Amino acid sequence: MSMKRWKQVLGAAVIAAAVGGAGPVQAATPADTLVMARKIDDIKSLDPAEVFEWGSGEIINNLYVRLMTYDPHDFSKLVGGAVESWQVSDDGLTYELKIRKGIKFQSGRELTARDAEYSLRRVIHLAKTPVFIFQQLGWTKDNVADMVRAVDDGTLVIKVAKSYSPSLVVSCLSAGVASVIDSEEVRKHEENGDYGYNWLKTRSAGAGAYRLVTWKPKDAVVLESNPDFYLGAPPLKRFIVRHIPEPSAQRLLLQAGDVDIARDLGPDQIKASRSNPDLRVDVFKKVNTYYVGLNTKHEILANPKVWEAFRWLIDYQGMADSFLDGYFAVHQSFLTGDMGLAENPYRLDVEKAKKLLAEAGYPDGFSIDFLVANPAPFPDIAQSMQATFAQAGVKLNLVLRDQAQVLAAYRARGHELAFARWSPDYLDPHSTAEFFVRNPDNSDASTNKSAAWRNAWDIPELSAMTEQAMLERDPEVRKQIYKDEQKVVQENSPIIMMFQLVESTVSRKNTSGFTPGPGFDTAVFWNTRKTK
Amino acid sequence: MTQWFNRRSLGAGIKACALQVSMFVITILGLLLVTFVIGRVVPVDPVLVIVGDRATAEVYARVHAELGLDKPVYQQFLIYLYKVMQGDFGTSVLSSQSVARDIAAFFPATIELAVTGTLIGVLLGVPLGVMSAVRKDSLLDQVVRVVALVGYSIPIFWLGLVGLLVFYVKLDWVAGVGRIDAVYEYIIERETGFVLLDAMLHGQWDIFRNFLSHLALPGALLGYMSMAYIIRMTRSFMLEQLVQEYVVTARVKGLSEWRIVMHAFRNVLAQLITVIALSFAYLLEGAVLTETVFAWPGLGLYITNSLFAADMNAVLAGTTVIGVCFVLLNALADALGRFFDPRTRSVRT
Repeated sequence: MSMKRWKQVLGAAVIAAAVGGAGPVQAATPADTLVMARKIDDIKSLDPAEVFEWGSGEIINNLYVRLMTYDPHDFSKLVGGAVESWQVSDDGLTYELKIRKGIKFQSGRELTARDAEYSLRRVIHLAKTPVFIFQQLGWTKDNVADMVRAVDDGTLVIKVAKSYSPSLVVSCLSAGVASVIDSEEVRKHEENGDYGYNWLKTRSAGAGAYRLVTWKPKDAVVLESNPDFYLGAPPLKRFIVRHIPEPSAQRLLLQAGDVDIARDLGPDQIKASRSNPDLRVDVFKKVNTYYVGLNTKHEILANPKVWEAFRWLIDYQGMADSFLDGYFAVHQSFLTGDMGLAENPYRLDVEKAKKLLAEAGYPDGFSIDFLVANPAPFPDIAQSMQATFAQAGVKLNLVLRDQAQVLAAYRARGHELAFARWSPDYLDPHSTAEFFVRNPDNSDASTNKSAAWRNAWDIPELSAMTEQAMLERDPEVRKQIYKDEQKVVQENSPIIMMFQLVESTVSRKNTSGFTPGPGFDTAVFWNTRKTK
Repeated sequence: MTQWFNRRSLGAGIKACALQVSMFVITILGLLLVTFVIGRVVPVDPVLVIVGDRATAEVYARVHAELGLDKPVYQQFLIYLYKVMQGDFGTSVLSSQSVARDIAAFFPATIELAVTGTLIGVLLGVPLGVMSAVRKDSLLDQVVRVVALVGYSIPIFWLGLVGLLVFYVKLDWVAGVGRIDAVYEYIIERETGFVLLDAMLHGQWDIFRNFLSHLALPGALLGYMSMAYIIRMTRSFMLEQLVQEYVVTARVKGLSEWRIVMHAFRNVLAQLITVIALSFAYLLEGAVLTETVFAWPGLGLYITNSLFAADMNAVLAGTTVIGVCFVLLNALADALGRFFDPRTRSVRT
């Protein structure tokens, strides 16, 4: 910059500061723009082959059209996204998918089966974290060219290694990795065989309701509507997700009208928002669950009587009605919704727990470490448990650690008791069952890091049942297997299911239509609208 | 003789300069080593941070090797050092972008806050500190001391939230959190990274005013904190000077109070400059809580988030930048101190 320009800038600054002052500049969100406050510092990439975080998962759901998707008005219905219809061969090994006509990418090109073929093969070749969703169908780098094939522009044929439950296969096609990307656009930016990864991770090349304008890490994601979106142009032209890490600040911004939706308010703030006439609290049950894992490598924790005693020492309802109100709901099985168990049989009953502990040989209780991550409300839950466990003589030593440290210790079986959470990778029950009731190798060297393995719960029979459910093609039989497995986990396992996440979204009253959906990456922005 | 003196002086200057540079290099190397070792011994798995809990064993092993974690720690450090010397701080696992680019984006936000805070702190803190010392135990002194004590002891996190509630929500005097309103994120032209400058360069006066409105509260809060510290230090330095014999002599000679104060003030200037420099350096990385409450995307917040996520490339680069700033500010304070305080200069005959 020239000296003259600097002088102009300096002069202008002085004048503007003097004249403009630092008074408030009210720029309440415009009618065609929605501003959402959210903690989005977990976004690492926006490439659908890699995305596996909360912040980015829901962004790509709105940038891309997935092969299959969920009806935003009823998330129990899996419907076609880029796929208009599909057929499964009699042997259950081949799926013929007809691609919907008239879907246009942000580049203006029409989406075809060739794009879908490129997108799915790319996931296998890039082999980022969520690749296991497709690998479990038997796809590898060596065979994916044969397993995933576009017959013509309108037909994609995929093959799977075993005759899996069709529900499982189409559910995998609703995951973020099944987002269809504009193959021509991405190919233009390929470098050294990276499938355009370095380019796409900070950009978009999709046919979703929005296109990415900019992503500033730990600051903001700015989206602009796609007027050619196949379900109709979104009512709002711009959608801005702003990183506001502090829940109190989110609430103040919402109250002042500088944001339209706040996503991360705590229980107290949600409660206060209910009495504010300008705000509305919408409650959505998520598929995320919270549980305590008991490492059975510890002698005391290997005793099933102790497992049961612990179940009666937790004040589930007391917590849900007080500091977890509007945040967690009591839920004592590992699946949620229609697939979960309706009953929550356990409640705080100290006498029953004492009796069980005496039968287990610990009438005077014992002392045990409880590993807990430090973000709210986990320490509060741990303290409540500490108080109720003490009534039966069990001393819980709280070990509060950062989330990353807790995860590292829990994955290495380095805990005694651990408070943990679970979020399904996709909405088929297999995703969750595989985590809780599959442990094919209980040795320390196992590469399978399921919850059953982490807690050293050796379950060959249940593991076989989980494999069977994966292949079961009759939906009712499959459902019954999962119910039976949940009953075992609920009553006789070192895994104590406690809560289900409830997302309380607080919005300005003039905003409607935003749907977070049940999963971590199911939020739908395109239906959101504002009235004046 | 003059020539000999100049040569000797020049030689000493070069020697002193070389000493400063080698101290600088050793300090930065030490800083890098310590941070690197801390990053490797904390019980956090950096591979898990990148690949997540659900990655397969193959993906985990590949990333483990890509990060060079299969090599001995000393080798990892040497490789890192080699890259840093070429200006490559690596890629952040949290943002997938080059760490240098991240820091270029986050550092201006921190500078904006730190400069505002320090300006307010110095412009108000120094005169108040001096007045408080001169009028020791007067009502003014008591008030100033309480103001300083409050600023020193109340958590800034709480003060920030109360400030937002009062001045933003209730009184509507200032804008809310963030550097600018969300709608301007869409239209701002970024060139220098400093919002104020960018807005001026492109004639975006709405954004300019909006930024000032956003800066007012966090800037004032940090200014208050900085002022509290500067008041206390200035007062204490001045009190020490005002009881010196030269002040008594000056009073006996009938000098005006104003001239006596100025005379004493010149003698505290060197110490004060060090205090201000350290206060500024503290604001560069110590404003984490302010940055959190006000969603101000600054370097302190960047380093803290990276630390929690075991994003060691980002932590190391951020720490190095702050370390370099600390060392440079210290050197600057020393130089200014020597300029203002003849006693610290070496005397040659």
